Amino acid sequence: MKKRVITLLSLFMIASLLAAACGGGGSAGPSVIKIATQSPLSGGQSAIGVDIKNGAELALEQLKKPLEDMGFKVELAPYDDQANPDTGVANAKNIVADPAVLCVVGHYNSGVQIPSSEVYHASNLANVSPANTNPKVTDRGYLEVSRIVGRDDVQGVVAAQFAISKGMKSAYVIHDKTAYGQGIAEFFKREAEKGGMQVLGFEGTEEKANFDAILAPMLSANPDVVFFGGIYDQASVLFKQAREKGYMGMLLSDDGYDSPEAINIGGPSLLEGGGLYYTTVAGPAKLYPGTAKFQQDFKAKYGADPKPFAAQGYDAMALCLKGIENAAKEAGNKLPTREAVAKAIRALKDFPGITGTINFNAKGDLVTAKYFVIQVVSADPAMWNDNKIDQTLDIAPPE
Amino acid sequence: MRRLLNATVLIEILRPLGQIAVFVAGAGLILSALMLGMAVLLRGSTVDATTMKNYGVDLFTYTLVNLPQVLIDGVTIGFVYAAIALGYTMVYGVLEFINFAHSEIFAIGAFVGVEVLIALDNSGRLDGIPYTMAYFWLFLAVLAAMVAAGATAVAMERIAYRPLRGAPRLVPLISAIGVSFFLQDAIRLIESLTTGQFHRIIPTFGNFDQQISLASLYIVGTKIDLVMQVKSVIVIVSAIVMVVGLNYLVNATKLGKAIRSVAQDRVTANLMGINVNRIIAMTFLIGGTLGGAAGVLFALKFTRIDPFVGFFPGLKAFTAAVLGGIGNITGALLGGLVLGMLETFSGSYLSVFTMGAFGAEYKDILAFAILILVLIFRPSGLLGEQVGQKA
Repeated sequence: MKKRVITLLSLFMIASLLAAACGGGGSAGPSVIKIATQSPLSGGQSAIGVDIKNGAELALEQLKKPLEDMGFKVELAPYDDQANPDTGVANAKNIVADPAVLCVVGHYNSGVQIPSSEVYHASNLANVSPANTNPKVTDRGYLEVSRIVGRDDVQGVVAAQFAISKGMKSAYVIHDKTAYGQGIAEFFKREAEKGGMQVLGFEGTEEKANFDAILAPMLSANPDVVFFGGIYDQASVLFKQAREKGYMGMLLSDDGYDSPEAINIGGPSLLEGGGLYYTTVAGPAKLYPGTAKFQQDFKAKYGADPKPFAAQGYDAMALCLKGIENAAKEAGNKLPTREAVAKAIRALKDFPGITGTINFNAKGDLVTAKYFVIQVVSADPAMWNDNKIDQTLDIAPPE
Repeated sequence: MRRLLNATVLIEILRPLGQIAVFVAGAGLILSALMLGMAVLLRGSTVDATTMKNYGVDLFTYTLVNLPQVLIDGVTIGFVYAAIALGYTMVYGVLEFINFAHSEIFAIGAFVGVEVLIALDNSGRLDGIPYTMAYFWLFLAVLAAMVAAGATAVAMERIAYRPLRGAPRLVPLISAIGVSFFLQDAIRLIESLTTGQFHRIIPTFGNFDQQISLASLYIVGTKIDLVMQVKSVIVIVSAIVMVVGLNYLVNATKLGKAIRSVAQDRVTANLMGINVNRIIAMTFLIGGTLGGAAGVLFALKFTRIDPFVGFFPGLKAFTAAVLGGIGNITGALLGGLVLGMLETFSGSYLSVFTMGAFGAEYKDILAFAILILVLIFRPSGLLGEQVGQKA
């Protein structure tokens, strides 16, 4: 009996040794580099989140050649953060635990990026943000975190100045209580008051459907403009109910509003009266001179026009790849450390992205970022990319 | 004998109607008086001055001017909560078990109704149709939702609850939470496979979005137009029909008698020749169909739905059922109305009365704080009876 056990055990030993040998043989092949993406791939904000991933995926396919020539195998590791901080952080822990991951393209929501990037920071893992606009994203001064879009403290100011330039005298500010929405709403409020506008109300809400209670005081205040700081899935329902209740003033929101789904939810009544505007840090892809080829390739691969932030997803991935390439060269064509990659990305100068030439300042913000004010002109979601550009501004981040 | 029967029928229809009138008027008056009283107390304070600065009127006028609209909004959402609460209360009344998956039954109703309407819209059947046809299609959508939601509820009972009958009380509760998650993700899966979308928007047709002007009032020199959307009227009328119908069914029909007897004593009811399993399935069917109809009404009123749409209204409706006295149909109605009004009142006035320190975001906290207070003094709910725990 005992003998049989020993035989079995030794058989196991031999099997596992063989397996180990095979594993060892595997590692002698091309070493794998993974680049993770994190964005909402399911749920209410997935329309944008999926296209961030798709943009990054396209960039990986088109730009991985230099790294492959160096003998690396480059893979995409897409993660779904569900626009939820908890999920984002849990994913981030999985990502840093995988030593093959050298860079993260990530997050659509600032409220998810901020806690998740704490995890990246602790592991020196580079994170290029294609869409997060909250000041705190870069104000923590992490070497790992760089972003290729503007900031809310500028965007909120742009929105307020735009409203003032249109002759608006009073505003009612509503936000979604997230780091992103509340942040931008506060910057809007501050600048509006500075510019002599009367801010009649400042409300936060997590409500998704029944805005009666918020709208009653708003309607009796009857402001010239209603500003919503947050994401389209909430903003459009609120705007629609406000119009149904007879509010005819201007509706203004932020880059979280930038999705064709917004007008699908809201319907044509939003365009009546004072009209519907939003500020954004990422205009439609066609606004950027470098994106003609990207638009064609994107449509060919995914069968639809790129949604907002898809081009930023592409550029974020391009930065990751270039950073890894430079770091690998420095390490003598060997797999670079995460820290070296983070440094290499930050050190890139005049990087030719499709959304413009990218230069980072010491904090990881763009040296000058573009801001747009866009008027929605059609109730047809397919026409979203043809919305009218009211203003385009190049502004440096505040010190 | 026949005349007596007719009298019962009439009473069972009129009684809930009277209760509704009393509840609406009572809750509305108490809350209005409270608000106006506070406004009077705060006259001349900084709150008053801030209101004057922001809105150009003093606090009392502001409160008074907004009151009618707040009341209308509060009653509307109150009836939505009441309609959902009926499903919780029905099942609890019979099984003493909280069917947490009822919020997903509600969501299924909303999705089926909206998908039917979207399909009609895509086939062009909703373009420029006369109002009578619009109402017909809406009725059809509600009917489809009721069938789907009712069927799901019965299937749910058969699969997830019946095998656990007789198990400790926590077991079916956990099963209900599991069913709830399962159904949420099932809706999500089906929607993403078929339409690829997360949000579904109810098509715009008929005259549902129009505003009806009820009256123009002149209060302290300000003209107030009392307006109400057609769809709010539809929501209220349908909810009233649901409450009255359910009340009639439970109190004046043979089936109702059977349901009540099963609720009272399952074993004895069984001995009396009542098929308990069938009655319990019927209870789920009734609760489910009502929940499904409420889902479509919710979608009509608030236009947008997603697979998690049931969660909050479900939670609120459950609270309403507890507030009113769970297991009691009239209680569900009262609880829904009180909660809806509390919520709308606190949402609309909180920021003015606190000078913006607490915004509408705190409406639920205030509403639930009051709820806790009520339950401290009346643990079995506003209309709940003190009954011994059933084994």
